[in-house]
Amino acid sequence: MVNRKGTKLRFIAGEYDVAVIGAGHAGCEAALACAKLGVKTVIFAMNLDSIANMACNPSIGGSAKGQLVREIDALGGAMAKIVDKTAIQIRMLNKGKGPAVQSLRAQIDRRKYQQEMKHVLELTENLDLKQAEIVDIETVEEDGIRRVTHVVTHTGAVYKCKAAIVCTGTFLNGRIIIGDVSYQSGPDGLFPSIRLSDTLRNLGFELIRLKTGTPARVNRRSIDFSNMVPQPGDDEVVPFSFETEVLEIEQVPCWLTHTNIKTKEIILKNIHRSPMYNGTIEGVGPRYCPSLEDKMVRFSDKDRHQVFVEPMGANTEEMYLQGMSSSLPEDVQMEFMRSVEGLENVSVMRPAYAIEYDAIDARVLKLTLESRIVDGLYFAGQINGSSGYEEAAAQGLVAGINCALKLLGKEPLIIDRSEAYIGVLIDDLVTRGTREPYRMMTSASEYRLLLRQDNADERLTEKGYKVGLISEERYAKFKEKYRLVKEELERLSKTHVSPTPSVIEYMEKIGSTPLKSGASLEELLRRPEVEYEDVLKIEELNLKDKGLDYVRRTLPKSVIEQVCINVKYSGYIKLQLQQVEQFRKLEKKLLPEDIDYNEISNLSLEAREKLSKVRPASIGQASRILGVSPADITALYIYLTKRKE
Amino acid sequence: MNYVEDTIAAISTPPGRGGIGIIRISGKESIAIANKIFCMANGRLGDFVLKMPSHTIKYGFIRDLESGEILDECMLTRMDAPNTYTREDIIEINCHGSYAVLRRVLELVFRMGARCAEPGEFTKRAFLNGRIDLSEAEAVIDLINSHTEEARKAAIEQLGGRLSKQIERIRQGLVSVLAEIEVNIDYPEYESELVTADVTMKTLNNVINELEELSKSYRQGRLIREGLKITIAGKPNVGKSSLMNALAGYNRAIVSNIPGTTRDTIEEYIEIDGIPVILTDTAGIRETEDVIEQIGVKKAEEKIQEADIVIYMIDSTEPDIDEKILSINKPLIVVLNKIDIEENYLEDLVKKLRDYDVIETSLTEDIGIKEVFGRIKKYFSEEKIGINTENIITNVRHKNLIDKSLASLKKAVENYNTGMPLDIIAFDIWNGVNTLGEITGASVNEEVLDNIFSRFCLGK
Repeated sequence: MVNRKGTKLRFIAGEYDVAVIGAGHAGCEAALACAKLGVKTVIFAMNLDSIANMACNPSIGGSAKGQLVREIDALGGAMAKIVDKTAIQIRMLNKGKGPAVQSLRAQIDRRKYQQEMKHVLELTENLDLKQAEIVDIETVEEDGIRRVTHVVTHTGAVYKCKAAIVCTGTFLNGRIIIGDVSYQSGPDGLFPSIRLSDTLRNLGFELIRLKTGTPARVNRRSIDFSNMVPQPGDDEVVPFSFETEVLEIEQVPCWLTHTNIKTKEIILKNIHRSPMYNGTIEGVGPRYCPSLEDKMVRFSDKDRHQVFVEPMGANTEEMYLQGMSSSLPEDVQMEFMRSVEGLENVSVMRPAYAIEYDAIDARVLKLTLESRIVDGLYFAGQINGSSGYEEAAAQGLVAGINCALKLLGKEPLIIDRSEAYIGVLIDDLVTRGTREPYRMMTSASEYRLLLRQDNADERLTEKGYKVGLISEERYAKFKEKYRLVKEELERLSKTHVSPTPSVIEYMEKIGSTPLKSGASLEELLRRPEVEYEDVLKIEELNLKDKGLDYVRRTLPKSVIEQVCINVKYSGYIKLQLQQVEQFRKLEKKLLPEDIDYNEISNLSLEAREKLSKVRPASIGQASRILGVSPADITALYIYLTKRKE
Repeated sequence: MNYVEDTIAAISTPPGRGGIGIIRISGKESIAIANKIFCMANGRLGDFVLKMPSHTIKYGFIRDLESGEILDECMLTRMDAPNTYTREDIIEINCHGSYAVLRRVLELVFRMGARCAEPGEFTKRAFLNGRIDLSEAEAVIDLINSHTEEARKAAIEQLGGRLSKQIERIRQGLVSVLAEIEVNIDYPEYESELVTADVTMKTLNNVINELEELSKSYRQGRLIREGLKITIAGKPNVGKSSLMNALAGYNRAIVSNIPGTTRDTIEEYIEIDGIPVILTDTAGIRETEDVIEQIGVKKAEEKIQEADIVIYMIDSTEPDIDEKILSINKPLIVVLNKIDIEENYLEDLVKKLRDYDVIETSLTEDIGIKEVFGRIKKYFSEEKIGINTENIITNVRHKNLIDKSLASLKKAVENYNTGMPLDIIAFDIWNGVNTLGEITGASVNEEVLDNIFSRFCLGK
């Protein structure tokens, strides 16, 4: 920084173990994890009132994303708890499609969420919050290893640190485009972070340009809801956090309307003014979240598209128009919005815009999210090519945990693809890289039947506890839950009922094939039409017929849920576990860090290049790299075997 | 496992057959090795191989350097990397001598620094060096194993990737089915603009039908590749070897009238109107105390079990019938031989065997041979009925994977019909797709690779 007199301003402002750059969903989880694990942490936000901002949808969760939030919670992250505190609607999606694909989704009071998260950060030991733009990351090279030493703010304040976590989101070299207008900006009217791009480039990071967009926010008073379809929340709400036992919220509905032929005509008539189609935008946008004009062009045979009107919070009249993201000029936006039923007199509060930003090619990262270029420099969130608050938070948590573990001299935490969506997400990003903003989907997981939202605690609480983010009290509760599950499963398999008259009658009533001989309760529960309640009833009737006493067991709902899924899906769960075993075999074949892939002559040229770039930790990871063929994998095997000799 | 540096060699023609044998050497040292052992008629060495241009052939001799002995007369082909089968330097030596000579030449090549190729290692290298894909590699093995023109045609077609293309097309169909299901799962809030479940299930059923045809074609494929297995059984000295010779068209087995001459089984590959046939002549089935012969009898029983058709030969001058052979649950042709001898039980035998497919022959008088040929052809054409697919599966790994995939896909349909949730239905379809992918190498699995490569036959 140069002051008005032309001298360089620079002063040491503080000393920390970790500096977290950016206080979005990734930055917050990263900072909280570090601080809780006992390393001295500072988090920088461009604006402290924009901490954990939801710059797009006022919603958290959804297919696969809901699973991510549950996993973050099971590991000891913050997101789920704040969702439970600030949700204004919660729904379980995909209810009829099987437990593996069910996901929670919540509408959030956006402002309240920010305040809650800020407050949680403020209350956390070892954590300082600062409003500043970080413009430089200083490093030093010793013994051939480059490591982080300082971060520098735009005002010249220098913070000494041993590690830094970069979570710049869409701020990095951000540029907003609305039709013919474009300007440097962060999201939601915030300042962009321009200079850090050069810093990263100078350190040797390859930057890619990505693009995303958001629809307009409009005033509720200007909307006519009379012909829109209300989208209510669930009658009985399932909380996001495993620690929230009961949750009662006053639920607010969303509303559904549709675009029509007129909307289409307006857009197609003005398509030449779209920066997407006249070449102004160079960043690659997500295919799964197209702008409205994109939908009109790519699906030209469709005359209507869904528009969900979502509330931005409890204390605001602002509404979000999901499905109407656009980068057309403001006047065109106005015109097409008003063609939609219910929006004829709409009053726009914030126009829709596209935003371009810099991201790194995440293939330079290790599975811990630390870069291989600079020791102690971690990356999380959109800068790694992902999109979504949940994806960002998951990476922030893993980066934060690993950064702290490294500073504490402990073993890293690596979650693999068979353990969590978090593992799938990170492995996909660092192994395969991405060309468009990466969104988590359940189909990305090979082991979907195991990675359910209901068992995230079973999969990850132990890890969170070992790392140190799960309290003794919570851990004890977790242990007790699964002790009860195990006990009940054993009881069901050992308790037999016989076809006594009332049992026969009851089974007939629920439409189940009659029992011919004795059966265990487990066998009964395995039948698709038999619920847990039926099993208890049958047990009771059987005992009464035999003149014996019956004592009804009362188990927590979460225990019963696990018991039912374990019994009903046992065959499929076993199959998936076998697949996991196969998968682990390859993951356990580790590739030494010092391999020179250019020396393995029977690797294809493409494989050598890709392997040198990604530097996979195992044969398994190598096999997932794009451009590495089965033949290359065999060659790697042979090389490994030879090396051992 | 040495791989990169070493040079491998093997006899790449099947043992015991054909007038010439080929020794193939592949790897960095192959040219240097050949140069050391290749000479002119007078034994003169002169870097002939080093001076040879790539992809040319040269006439000369193979000489053992140490003893100075000329081992064989040969044609030597030099092919430089990368335009070779393995993409390494390759030398091929066409020898003219016996199998024993071939072995001696090979041993000499080993002494010069090559190592014995593991089964299938040439093809493995071709595959590793990116020259061929997995299903092509397997087709090469079938090519080597194929005995007839028709089989070679099927193998060559597969080599061209026809099977890969069909499998890939089927796989893509399934991928699109999955895409439909996955969109439904990952975008639950969106109104389905997609095809209904019924259409999806129809696509799935079409795929199942196509895969079933492919799977059924395996038996056909096996017949084409391995040939129709015909075992000739019967008591000693009924004329089994004579029948075999008559069918094969020349004296292959030793023909004598001393019972038990054919002590082991003898195999002969023949073609009947383009149909590959493996004829097996068995030792006469009878109780015997001769140890060697006992082994032969045991083998004969095994061959009867393996056969597609059994020809049971009976000497019409003797009244006995082996009920054990008649009771076998396989296509059975009963041949009543020696009808030219007047004192016989023919009438009696024909009466007893009226429920069987009986042909009366006299091999010495050349009566009935045509009928035997005709009966074999009829059986084969019946086998062909019901095959209606663009490709024929000839490889057992392909068949197993197709069957495994079929089982998953059928399970998916079954689960759909019984109202199981979508996550379970999708699981089985995913497994079906991934299993098919293993045929063309679209998904990696170390065991698949190990399994295939250990099955490769020696040489190409």
